[in-house]
Amino acid sequence: MSDYNFAYLDEPTKRMIRRAILKGLAIPGYQVPFASREMPMPYGWGTGGVQVTAATLTPSDTLKVIDQGADDTTNAVSIRRFFQRVAGVATTERTAEATVIQTRHRVPETPLSADQILVYQVPIPEPLRFLEPSEVETRKMHALEEYGLMHVKLYEDIARHGEIATSYAYPVQVAGRYVMDPSPIPKFDNPKLESPAIQLFGAGREQRIYALPPYTRAASLDFEDHPFDPSRADHPCALCGATDSYLDEVIVDDEGGRMFVCSDTDYCAGRRAAGHRGTEVAA
Amino acid sequence: MSDGKSLQGFSQGLCKGLGRPGPLLSVEGVTKRYGARIGCAEVSFDLWPGEVMGIVGESGSGKTTLLRCLSGHLSPDEGRVLYDIDGQPTDTLTLTEAERRRLMRTDWAFVHQNPRDGLRMGVSAGGNVGERLMGTGARHYGRIRAAALDWLDRVEIAADRIDDRPSAFSGGMQQRLQIARNLVTGPRLVFMDEPTGGLDVSVQARLLDLLRGLVREMGLSAVIVTHDLAVVRLLADRLMVMQGGHVVEQGLTDQVLDDPQHAYTQLLVSSVLQA
Repeated sequence: MSDYNFAYLDEPTKRMIRRAILKGLAIPGYQVPFASREMPMPYGWGTGGVQVTAATLTPSDTLKVIDQGADDTTNAVSIRRFFQRVAGVATTERTAEATVIQTRHRVPETPLSADQILVYQVPIPEPLRFLEPSEVETRKMHALEEYGLMHVKLYEDIARHGEIATSYAYPVQVAGRYVMDPSPIPKFDNPKLESPAIQLFGAGREQRIYALPPYTRAASLDFEDHPFDPSRADHPCALCGATDSYLDEVIVDDEGGRMFVCSDTDYCAGRRAAGHRGTEVAA
Repeated sequence: MSDGKSLQGFSQGLCKGLGRPGPLLSVEGVTKRYGARIGCAEVSFDLWPGEVMGIVGESGSGKTTLLRCLSGHLSPDEGRVLYDIDGQPTDTLTLTEAERRRLMRTDWAFVHQNPRDGLRMGVSAGGNVGERLMGTGARHYGRIRAAALDWLDRVEIAADRIDDRPSAFSGGMQQRLQIARNLVTGPRLVFMDEPTGGLDVSVQARLLDLLRGLVREMGLSAVIVTHDLAVVRLLADRLMVMQGGHVVEQGLTDQVLDDPQHAYTQLLVSSVLQA
């Protein structure tokens, strides 16, 4: 612990990142450039999220790290260990007990509260990127609020698949102004973006930070005759029987056997502890 | 030089008689330099509603530079470009960037010589036509698609090609798609830069036929830059001949082509091969 400054980053760096975070909160959905640092992990493993978490943590915080909804996968375990070692903060797997939650690809099922901060790891912060390769042009489009191109992408989806087939990283318009990529969360999680918690987004390689202040409107883009649909697999969780959670499909044998389980491991474990049972466990 | 002044006076009088407010586009002394070289110099003309102006000249005569200055892609060093917005002649160079870009995707259209510059090659034909509609706030998929189908029909592209990407289209189809994409918002003014360049003659003829029909039907005003005299003969009401960045002759198309006054125009007209 004493080998590192608290939470790994030096204090001027944390101050620089906090300024970016404050600016991001002041202009919801706007991508604030920041001087992203080299972190002791490869790009794509959450360097942006880790820097935001490091700048946000205080010694009294309790940290939870989620990777695709789970607390026990590689990315989650290594980042949790990293902060245990360089910040000495308490960690937890319980959503309700955490004060700072770093996440990759999911929003927890348990509703967040006003004293929590949710930090997203973002691979590509620019929602217009795959439609318009020029950064100069996309910045201009954001500045002038020219978001017609985003609907061209949704149009293409419907033309090709009969419905809006974008199922993750579904673009939202924040507070009626900036169009934002909510990171690759499933579109099932989009309605949860309007939350009492502070939500921060860090993209390390792309050097951008953006934010959703509490209770900020985040409208998923859609067409009048093809409204937004936060789709979900039509099954109950095989372990806890939940019918309101986002499910992972797990292949269980070579004969096409499969089961659907909650992607949020903490939510599923909590329900099982409370006595809920799904089909698999009851048998 | 032919008598452009009295001609202008004539069309002005005609439009006043019809109760029209004034020219759609008014160009006053537009000059663009590239360092010591001249792109185009001292170009002035008025374009009236429903009128098609042709600009001809050899390569390097400044016709594309002029077109880019008029359409807001380049800013001229001197002169003004006044465009009629709600009856008010407005200097397009003093508009804010947001206003100019809005104008460019609603009231104006720009047809590039190479359709690849004007189309999104990774987006289906329907998406290409619908982009301007979505850019101006259309949010109803069914109506956007109906408009796209209607426009594909008007430019003679089969309805079952609506979900194909332009990369699967022939050159002529790509050019027609580009025209559909530009005209879908019902612009009043179209800039065309060599719209038939790079197409073989039979495809050119069909495209010209189509363009002529659309221009007449929609009452479009257009500025067409070309080196092909046949194109202006068919489409343009009036003609400007450029050489070395200067306008050397202007007047009614038939008048200029059948009775060229300036030496360069005479050379240009006599250079055309008679098939």
